[in-house]
Amino acid sequence: MERRDFLRLAAASPLVAWGLPAGADASRRRLLILVELKGGNDGLNTVVPFADPHYARLRPRLALARDSLLAVSETAGLHPSLERLLPLWKEGELAIVQGLGYPDPNLSHFRSIEIWDTASSSHEYLGEGWLARSFARNPSPAGFAADGVVVGGSDLGPLAGAGARAIALSDPEDFLRKARLARGEARTSANASLAHILKVERDIARSADRLDPGRDLRTEFAPGPFGAALRTAARLAANPHGASVIRVSLAGFDTHANQPGVHGQLLRQLGDGLASLREALVETGRWTDTLVATYSEFGRRPRENESAGTDHGTASVHFVTGGAVKGGLYGEAPRLDRLDGQGNLAFAVDFRRYYATLLEGAWGADPRPVLGGRFERLGLLHS
Amino acid sequence: MSRARPLARLAGAILLAAAGLAGTSLAAPAAPLGEAAARHLLVRTGFGATPAEVTRVAAQSREEAVEALLAGARTQATLAPPAFVDEPFFPFHKLRALPAEERLAYARRNAQEGLALREWWFREMLVTPSPFTERMTLFWHGHFATSQQKVRSSRLVHRQNALLRRHALGSFRELLSAVSKDPAMLVYLDNAGSRRQAPNENFAREVMELFTLGEGHYTERDVKEAARAFTGWSLDRDTGEYRYRPFFHDGGTKTVLGRTGRLDGEDVLALLLERPETAAFVTRKLWRELVSPVPDEREVERLAALFREADYAIRPLLRAMLLSEAFWSPANRGALVKSPVDLVVGTLHTFGIRPFDLRPAVAAAALLGQNLMSPPNVKGWPGGEAWIDSSTLLGRKQFLDRLMRGADAMLAQPEPMMAAGTPAAGAPTAEERLRRMMERGLATYAVDWERWRRELAAAGGGAERSQVVLLAVGPVDPPPDPADAVALARAFAADPAYQLR
Repeated sequence: MERRDFLRLAAASPLVAWGLPAGADASRRRLLILVELKGGNDGLNTVVPFADPHYARLRPRLALARDSLLAVSETAGLHPSLERLLPLWKEGELAIVQGLGYPDPNLSHFRSIEIWDTASSSHEYLGEGWLARSFARNPSPAGFAADGVVVGGSDLGPLAGAGARAIALSDPEDFLRKARLARGEARTSANASLAHILKVERDIARSADRLDPGRDLRTEFAPGPFGAALRTAARLAANPHGASVIRVSLAGFDTHANQPGVHGQLLRQLGDGLASLREALVETGRWTDTLVATYSEFGRRPRENESAGTDHGTASVHFVTGGAVKGGLYGEAPRLDRLDGQGNLAFAVDFRRYYATLLEGAWGADPRPVLGGRFERLGLLHS
Repeated sequence: MSRARPLARLAGAILLAAAGLAGTSLAAPAAPLGEAAARHLLVRTGFGATPAEVTRVAAQSREEAVEALLAGARTQATLAPPAFVDEPFFPFHKLRALPAEERLAYARRNAQEGLALREWWFREMLVTPSPFTERMTLFWHGHFATSQQKVRSSRLVHRQNALLRRHALGSFRELLSAVSKDPAMLVYLDNAGSRRQAPNENFAREVMELFTLGEGHYTERDVKEAARAFTGWSLDRDTGEYRYRPFFHDGGTKTVLGRTGRLDGEDVLALLLERPETAAFVTRKLWRELVSPVPDEREVERLAALFREADYAIRPLLRAMLLSEAFWSPANRGALVKSPVDLVVGTLHTFGIRPFDLRPAVAAAALLGQNLMSPPNVKGWPGGEAWIDSSTLLGRKQFLDRLMRGADAMLAQPEPMMAAGTPAAGAPTAEERLRRMMERGLATYAVDWERWRRELAAAGGGAERSQVVLLAVGPVDPPPDPADAVALARAFAADPAYQLR
């Protein structure tokens, strides 16, 4: 029996559940798949507080009709385009975390995503991504191809920095074909740009030795770049010694004008994509030890603007799913009656609590040194 | 509030010009640049440099070379744009009313036209006698980033490109005002539909954060109030031209950056230019384009003061920056990472490759992360080290490998260079289409090595000359047989140092 087949069987066996017994396979690790919603997703039209009278008042044109929503509680419902998330919700595998944000919010896309990527406070400038900091202390096992793989995106986001071995690719086979052009020996330079190029080249060569592009999957993904990125993520995920983190992103959420059509399409891609990802991870036996989590730089303004759009906001809702997730609503429903001076929402859950949950939940890593303080975990995982 | 003080500005400009002239005449005896410095100036201000260009500029002094660059700057492209730019604008409201198939046909045609525009721009970069004009046009395109995907009209995209070129080395004050009323920008940042009842904040925020002050130098209240001031700057729905719509405009009292009044959009732009942060912000960005990744703050202060004194005339700022010690410092040679356009256009130019079809080159740059007229977002391309990740570095190496080995690469590589490893579900993605376009076309690109040898010889050199023409700093990996110009060029193009400029 091939080692990989053995592992796949092992993963499927009930003895090896979420709480992987230490020592069962020391090199095996849980996988975190991050999905970035670029541009600032409108949380209020993602998980809609339909019972709140302020919702319709603030959004005469954008409010979604109550009977079109997919109810998840007496007061909240999912956008209709997220219909394929409903089975996950009903299975109890979808955690909805409401009110994620941070104190003294910054409304610039670029500064706010920097805050999210580096897990800094609002007025603190950190050079490295939060995952890069975590891997610097707690690297992936040596046999792993990389700490993190960014699929189909440009920036490394939370993986940026010297602390992580991170690679970016869109097609693993193509990556491996080209990787022969990279040299793996240690070379360095006093020129910072050149030193960066040499590090990237070395990371390519090192990961190419071990990267398993995975096999074709039966699961189908929607056409388009996001579906393609998720399929690649699922194929890479099939190898339990591939990477600790995979990040994909979906762009276009900056809906300042004519929001309804665009936002609906984006949420359809998100919902369909996450549902297909689940199916593929079940197919490859990795669903039980994978966490999938969304994030975005901010939510959007509760009050719509005159262009049938929404401007930059603050706190928003995010999804965590996976075989070990305890489905349900977490955090607090948006308080539309208590907006701040800019007309934005107050946050209920500090995003660093979200990260602490993921760090500890995925790898048992101590989040305190990474996040620079103590942030209470959210109880959204089965222990 | 008072608008301009033209007299004071004019006087300032004259004094400054005089100071500049005096500085030139007092400079030490004009020493010739030499080849390495000549190449440095050429690749920082243009796209690549041929052996002949290096030789020509090497004989000039710093001042002569910089003055020649500034004097040669243009306000128009040398090549006529694709013919469609003169066709009438197709109004968005008519577009929305079309049946679905016709809308799709419009979108396809628009994408084709966009590609033709990019190809036209790439060719302009290759053939223009003033590559500096194109570099500055590209710089402003990254600064005032606008994407064709959202604007959905290649005519408007072309008009903006022409506007950026017209002001590329002119006045930042005029450029800012013109671009703020530019139809493509009005669509891209949603100001066209912004109304007084509930203004759209998109443009008001980005004009402060990304175009002038920089993040942290304004408040959320400033954004909201400025958004009110910009209401009314809109489009004529039928012609696609700028049009002021008084009915949309909020004529009430606003307070922006501490100034209160019945401010309109021009007032807000003037206020932004009054702040010292604006000159410093633009100077820093230009420094990262021309000098080094980390601006020297004392120099930024000096140059930004000069920029303001000159009432935001761009030329004096460029002159001062290009004549600064930092620009010529050996420590800053090769300190910048080539952008994909630098890499693709620069390599074609350096080796004298003039393909009939430049769309594969456009596609190559796009796949490497720089699709002109389609920046990733309003912040433009982040640039610097962000150009290089494992995916783009491999893409760069492969592009160069392909170009340098020409027909050999085809024979040596039985499988397609970019085989679609993932079974395509349905229609090909935009990325797959770009790959195919690059694939097909790149096979027709090749270096004429005989010509390359002749050029090197005419420029009076062998191996050392190859290095000085091709690399900003010494190679990381030791080069092979120094007698073989072809082997050397291939080795230098494959060297990590080739990614620098």
